[in-house]
Amino acid sequence: MANDADDDNDNDNDGLTGKGASWMRMPHVRATCYHSGVGDSVCIPTAASAVPTTTVISRHSALVRVTHWITTLCFLALLVSGVEIVISHPRFYWGETGNDTTAPLFKLPIPASRNLVPSGYGYVLPDQNGWSRYLHFQAAWVAVFTGLLYTIFGLVTGHLRQNLVPKGADLSWRALWRSIASHLRFEPPSAAEAWSYNVLQRLSYLFVIFVLFPFVIWTGLAMSPAFVSAFPSTVNVLGGQQSARTLHFFVSLSLLLFLLVHVAMVWLAGFWSRMRAMITGRAPAPGERT
Amino acid sequence: MSEPSRPDLSRRKLITTGIAAAAGVAGLGVAARLAQRYGLVPPDHGGIYGLGETLTYASQRLLTRHSSAREFSRSQISKPPFANEIPPLNEAYKRLQAGRFADWRLSVNGMVARPASFSLDQLKGYPSRSQITMVQCEEGWSYIAEWIGVPLSQVLQAVEVHPQARYVVYFSIDPDWWESIDMSDALHPQTFLAYGMNGDELPVGNGGPLRLRLPRQLGYKSVKYLIHLTVTDSLKGFGKGLGSAAPEGGYAWYAGI
Repeated sequence: MANDADDDNDNDNDGLTGKGASWMRMPHVRATCYHSGVGDSVCIPTAASAVPTTTVISRHSALVRVTHWITTLCFLALLVSGVEIVISHPRFYWGETGNDTTAPLFKLPIPASRNLVPSGYGYVLPDQNGWSRYLHFQAAWVAVFTGLLYTIFGLVTGHLRQNLVPKGADLSWRALWRSIASHLRFEPPSAAEAWSYNVLQRLSYLFVIFVLFPFVIWTGLAMSPAFVSAFPSTVNVLGGQQSARTLHFFVSLSLLLFLLVHVAMVWLAGFWSRMRAMITGRAPAPGERT
Repeated sequence: MSEPSRPDLSRRKLITTGIAAAAGVAGLGVAARLAQRYGLVPPDHGGIYGLGETLTYASQRLLTRHSSAREFSRSQISKPPFANEIPPLNEAYKRLQAGRFADWRLSVNGMVARPASFSLDQLKGYPSRSQITMVQCEEGWSYIAEWIGVPLSQVLQAVEVHPQARYVVYFSIDPDWWESIDMSDALHPQTFLAYGMNGDELPVGNGGPLRLRLPRQLGYKSVKYLIHLTVTDSLKGFGKGLGSAAPEGGYAWYAGI
């Protein structure tokens, strides 16, 4: 396992069988492993050879990069179309039913695209519900298949276990607090963090992938009259169809919040270097200008 | 030098990627043919959203083969009863309304042995059924009501539908509103020709005197002011051939979601 190399400095390829790190299997590339502040260890190839090291190593495997960007496109499509769908009835309810004659749980302070909705505005926005719904479900399908591919790949190659599951030592309150404090102080990320996710990243990515994504799919399906005819408990346990719609809205808001924080953190860590790592797989070696 | 090993690696990668891609394309081809054969492709499958529509329709068709929409208790009926906005009603409707709908007819033709025209009283002559189900609009609102009527399957049985029939196309007195469903939905026990609501006549705002109820799909498929049904094996000859007025207005033909 790559992580077993924690204390091996100047390792060659022996014993290093980390997946996706093809340089590790290349005898001419020498690796330096060192520790980040939070117990991560990271191996960076150091030896110069005919092949520039940065073209040999991949920070993110091709599948992670491709699924990341497909998911990004799907998420943006779902976000835009979701906003358009909500505009046709920007009121939310709890329970089975809700309409213009029932008291809403809350309503969004925005105009609506249907003139019967008591939005409080004197005008009606153009109706964009048709293509928005087509796009919403198409993007959802692509996102679900991409997510399945990613999860299967992540389990088979050990990507999830190695790169996303926090290491035992990082889960102590002290280590967690240290990481939180360093984030709160807006400390620039260590060089190691260009090569390995820190514990807060790992926890939030796992939360998004294995809690928010499944829940947003579930609450979405729970609004489908056909789907719930086959699986009625999927909506009944949520408290009803309008509850599912309200929950879908809040899970989507959480995902939007994640997106904003994610982009902000990428910006703080060095936008172009992080973007390059997620697009080409290249990441800066220590000392290299980012 | 590592250079010699790199082309090998990429060649192997190229070959596996090529095989995977070819298998994928072949698999999609087989899937498309099977889907077509088992009626899992919606009429609005063309265009950029065809993939998503086909996946939704095919998967929900398979999942809901034997399912029924949720039915609710009497205490869950929405109070006050809700009726959404209706289009301005035309002269033909107003004339029939003035005659208290005594001359309202539902004509049935197409791939049937005995084309017929039913008055409301004739429809009410069949054993009436009721269901307490939800009307769910694609906009986001919903309400629950008790619907009284005759299952569409009963009327289709009376006119003797040909075995090769695949769709039922149905028309409102409002010429811009027509829809269609596959036989699986048409013969579903919850698909009603509804003439009553909450123990009373069907109000005009809710589609009176006659509407379709299709509780496993969104509200816009439950066409109001129903005057005509046609049974067919192809939707090509209707409108733009997309299955119904909904796709022509930018909405999905299949509205299970």
